[in-house]
Amino acid sequence: MSLQAPERLEERVVVRDVGCTVCGCLCDDIELEIEGGRIVQVRHACAMGTAKFLHATGDSRLRHALIREDGSFRRAELQEALDRAAEILVDASRPLLFGWSETSCEALRVGIKIAEEIGGLIDNCSSICHSPSILALQSTGLPACTLGEVKNRADLVIYWGANPLASHPRHLSRYSTFPRGYFRERGKSDRTLVVVDVRRSETARIADRFIQVKPNSDYEVLTVLRMLVREIKVKAERTGGVSMEELKELAEMMKSCSFGVLFFGLGLASSSGKSWNVSAAIKLAADLNEHTKFAVLPMRGHCNVAGTNQVLGWQTGFPYAVDFSRGYAWYSPGETSVVDLLARGEVDAMLVIGADPGAHLPRKAVERMAEIPLIAIDISHTPTTMLADVVLPGAVVGLESAGTCYRMDDVPVHVRQVISPASEVPSDEWVLEQIYRRIRRLRG
Amino acid sequence: MLEPVSQPECGLVAEVVSCDVFAGRSRKEIEELEVYAGNRRRKLGDFFSVSGSAADSPEETRIVIAGSVERTKWIGRGMSAGEIVVEGSTGMYTGAWMKGGRIVVKGSVDSFAGMMMDGGELVVQGDAGDYLGCAYRGEWRGMRGGSIVVHGNAGSEAGHCLSGGRVTVKGRAESFAGVRMHSGLLVLGSAERRVGAQMTGGSIVVLAETELLPSFELIERVTSPEIEGVRFEGVFEVYAGDLAERNAKGRVYVKVE
Ligand code: SF4
Repeated sequence: MSLQAPERLEERVVVRDVGCTVCGCLCDDIELEIEGGRIVQVRHACAMGTAKFLHATGDSRLRHALIREDGSFRRAELQEALDRAAEILVDASRPLLFGWSETSCEALRVGIKIAEEIGGLIDNCSSICHSPSILALQSTGLPACTLGEVKNRADLVIYWGANPLASHPRHLSRYSTFPRGYFRERGKSDRTLVVVDVRRSETARIADRFIQVKPNSDYEVLTVLRMLVREIKVKAERTGGVSMEELKELAEMMKSCSFGVLFFGLGLASSSGKSWNVSAAIKLAADLNEHTKFAVLPMRGHCNVAGTNQVLGWQTGFPYAVDFSRGYAWYSPGETSVVDLLARGEVDAMLVIGADPGAHLPRKAVERMAEIPLIAIDISHTPTTMLADVVLPGAVVGLESAGTCYRMDDVPVHVRQVISPASEVPSDEWVLEQIYRRIRRLRG
Repeated sequence: MLEPVSQPECGLVAEVVSCDVFAGRSRKEIEELEVYAGNRRRKLGDFFSVSGSAADSPEETRIVIAGSVERTKWIGRGMSAGEIVVEGSTGMYTGAWMKGGRIVVKGSVDSFAGMMMDGGELVVQGDAGDYLGCAYRGEWRGMRGGSIVVHGNAGSEAGHCLSGGRVTVKGRAESFAGVRMHSGLLVLGSAERRVGAQMTGGSIVVLAETELLPSFELIERVTSPEIEGVRFEGVFEVYAGDLAERNAKGRVYVKVE
């Protein structure tokens, strides 16, 4: 892959099959109309995707490096900012590299190289979203499948603690429910859609069946479903606010479908019970495979959050929260995960890329971020860049730079470069590689 | 005797604080032992002032830490004999992989205390964090032997994947105590909900009323039973579970009188 910025494209062109690097659906059928290097028309994308494409060539982008001096930012030469970033990382005794969900696997690969070189920690957003799912699949396994299999085969689609119409707008129309598949020629008419949630969400409103559970009782409901599927007597009359009759019907539906899939969101993975909720869902699917074909998939949020687990997995053996401080990879969520590290005040320098922890972490963690030297690589200003000491511009993967991202079902998708970057850098990978080289030089 | 002088903010990794390592070493050699403050290699003597002398064998060695060391992790890792007394609190992984000997912490311990313990004794006079006596991440067999006693409260998932030995929490244990436990004995003063979730064997004794999962079935009422070799006074309801698991042979004893 070339690390050089290409020539500017001036003519009006239509580009097809562009990847949308916003949510975990990673739609790769987007059509863009580009004129004078600006995106003027977006087709096929949902509102979230469209907004990102239009914003990418809009005016609010970060184009240059910034360095904080006496409390305010000044524009800096790129070289100076890269030097400063490298110095910060080399000087730290417990540096943390965090984010990665909205950048390429290639960029992350350089990030891992940096973490190993400086004896730092590297963690990603799954640490604060689907880490319970990962812990569960490590301890329980995962009967998974691809979204292609869902589209072609599934006749029972269950969303548990997820509201894809809001979070992954094209999930139902492109993959799970509405599309015509090889064995589901009539699309929606050939499938049953079930939503289990604590409230009647947009998705619940269009479902064939909605089951409302009391908040924080998913574990109990799943436990009873597992017992019903295995025909074990259950004494309780209601569980988690759901009647035994409803649960029996659902269990029967699951057993008698020909290909079922359970998509779960953070409503399951982040509510009370966390990884054990997910583990119960996985075990339920495993039990169902004695009767039919059944799969479970997490609704991964960002475009490449699944990829970060993949790349960290094959490079270090662990999917997130990896600590290189002793030269080898050590993994212990609860100790080496971002919130715990920051809240305990262990981290003494941090680099953030492809995420906005300044907006999403608990207050105590953000307070620590404000205290320590912070480097942010981003495409526009965010609460994180506002806390940073060094801000480096990035390039949008799948639009301004090419790279690999993993869709939520762990299918890698190569996304292309379509326009030239709005900022002065060719790609996130390039920025990180420059930092890496400087670190090598500083460490001799 | 180790007197804490300073504790680095980024945490101190000091598995060398163990009778096995100290035994037969001079004071000077103990000061030179390698510890990690983040990614920096340092000496034990940089953070503790060392006095007294170590015995020749781990059995006869006694280490006293005269103060709180909340940021020091891995104290007593893999220790096989001897005694460590901490006059304050300790950081994560206290007594992890311990095989023998005794660790007494007069304050509290952070998460992962007694992780993968095989033998020996860990006594905590204060509270314990999460994952007391747990399995290492990804491992499904946890602590296999030895005994942990916490006089205060414990965080969530105490006795996670317990596969032998005995864990006692005199105060309250947060949710999922004894989760996925296979054998051994877990005694809890009181417990938040979901005790014994996914357990397949072993016994849990809860000395107060608790909310059990729907996959536990009341089988009998017993008076002053002997459980895993220990006698408990009072009347107990005995539940079998976790029936959502295959071949589950676990028992939860809930004290009712
Ligand atoms: S569903 Fe997700 S990937 Fe697809 S267009 Fe919308 S935001 Fe982009």
